[in-house]
Amino acid sequence: MMIKRNYFLPLYKVIHFYYDGFRNMSSWGKKVWVIIIIKLFIIFAVLKIFFFPDFLQKKFDTDSKRSEYVIDQLTNSPK
Amino acid sequence: MIEHIDMSLVDWSRAQFALTAIYHWIFVPLTLGLSFIVAMMETIYVRTGNEEWKRMTRFWMTLFGINFAIGIATGIILEFEFGTNWSNYSWFVGDIFGAPLAIEGILAFFLESTFVAVMFFGWNKVSKKFHLASTWLVAIGANLSALWILVANAWMQNPVGMVFNPDTARNEMVNFWAVLFNQVAIDKFLHTISSGFLLASVFVMGISSWFLLKKREEWMALRSILITAIFGLLSSLMVAFTGDTSARTIAKVQPIKFAAFEAQYDGTRNAGLVAFGILKDSDKKIGEKKVKDFVFKIQIPGFLSVLTGGDKDAFVPGINDLVMGGVAEYKGLTVADKMQRGTDAKDVLNDYKRAKLVNNREQLELIKEYFQGKTFVEENLKYFGYAFLDLPEDAIPNVSVSFYSFHIMVILGFFFILVCILSLILLLRGKLLKNRWFLRILLFSIPLVYIASESGWVLAEMGRQPWIIQDLMPVNVAVSKISAGSVMTTFILFAILFTALLIAEVSIMVRQIKTGPKH
Repeated sequence: MMIKRNYFLPLYKVIHFYYDGFRNMSSWGKKVWVIIIIKLFIIFAVLKIFFFPDFLQKKFDTDSKRSEYVIDQLTNSPK
Repeated sequence: MIEHIDMSLVDWSRAQFALTAIYHWIFVPLTLGLSFIVAMMETIYVRTGNEEWKRMTRFWMTLFGINFAIGIATGIILEFEFGTNWSNYSWFVGDIFGAPLAIEGILAFFLESTFVAVMFFGWNKVSKKFHLASTWLVAIGANLSALWILVANAWMQNPVGMVFNPDTARNEMVNFWAVLFNQVAIDKFLHTISSGFLLASVFVMGISSWFLLKKREEWMALRSILITAIFGLLSSLMVAFTGDTSARTIAKVQPIKFAAFEAQYDGTRNAGLVAFGILKDSDKKIGEKKVKDFVFKIQIPGFLSVLTGGDKDAFVPGINDLVMGGVAEYKGLTVADKMQRGTDAKDVLNDYKRAKLVNNREQLELIKEYFQGKTFVEENLKYFGYAFLDLPEDAIPNVSVSFYSFHIMVILGFFFILVCILSLILLLRGKLLKNRWFLRILLFSIPLVYIASESGWVLAEMGRQPWIIQDLMPVNVAVSKISAGSVMTTFILFAILFTALLIAEVSIMVRQIKTGPKH
């Protein structure tokens, strides 16, 4: 008799492990997850986008222009 | 033409970075140490099969989880600040920072998404041994993750293993092992993780003593104190040992910083180590900068000479000697010498830039070869940052901040050695419960250990000033030319965000502590 091997079983077990873990989470666990989600939203969707653009990436198109700018800063910076 | 540097921009950028780093560092050391403490407790549970140990492990694991979750991603903001506020610096450091931070990021991601999940979701779902292995892997992984950040920071204190490329204006890593095994990195890693172990030990002892004062959870509290008093004592001795080796390294690679944290202005033989002192402004000056003097000090005679030079007759240079020279015993370069050498390096870089502009390939090759030659690197490029100083005395960090942060850290470090020894003695003699005054000291040691830990970073970073990268780049050159107002706005936003996170952590933690371990 042939036994069919279920290749998705390990993946299912992993998904079930996380699903079950989140579903049966303690009250403090739920609270910290709410904090984590709010925090990550503030950090990545608000701070990063609106307040923290990469200065050189935004100002110049190419790496060579960025290099030239930094060389200028290094050679012309006032004392 | 470069616009004039707005010093309020530099100050706000520094203040913002300091605020973020200080808050981030509230969460990190507890994670580093508590992870190992929990792993030790779980090991005892697995070996004995005693369910009380499991209950105890789960209680401390809960506090670890709260701290870990609230602290997640607070360090990422520092990376945002590099790109926005410190763009010249970010570009200049090149892949020296990129490689360690990438390793840290990958390590942290896999650690957090797999083994932390097993730690919290895996009780009764995976085997005891697999769960225990996951707990240990979280502890080891968290500490290894810290290694890469500290390697990057150590490079800022003692830049090694790189070559500066004048075409790209970036430092390129040429020797990964030199960066990884930088003496400052080794000292810093060992000192930092052992201080994290100590902080977590004091934290556990403090919370356990609260249970004892409330006459609750005696079994758990006494065993928690036993484990953490031993772990804390070993860690505190390691902190003292690595602090000593770290100070010796600093005396070699950052001598002005070393002299600043001892407030030693004039070099001497048989130099004493200041155990404690109070500083005041004096009438003396180094150039335009006022010199500090002691109102009083308690000194261990000859100890500083022994510490740095191996014997009490060794000459220990003071700030004055290092900056202005003029003392026969000091044979090294003065800041004025270094300023000249740095200016020469800057001139060569300027020549290179001009040759590039007119596309003079022959001259470009010649200058590049000269620029990256060993002699030029050792004698000029090494002091590149000094070209940006106005006056020699600008190389002096804030002596009061360096002195007090160093001495607060050291005094508290010895206090915790004493606390751990006393805890063990009282516990083993069965007298801990009767000495309620000592339980109160343990409880009030929690804020003290955080002060000691933060003081260490204040010393490391403030003592390095005016440099962002020692001798290569001062902070005012590293900063991006953005508006000071926008940096101030984000400073305020961060202050609100981090304070809210801290309040959330403390309130959730206090609630869990009051609830106690679950049956």
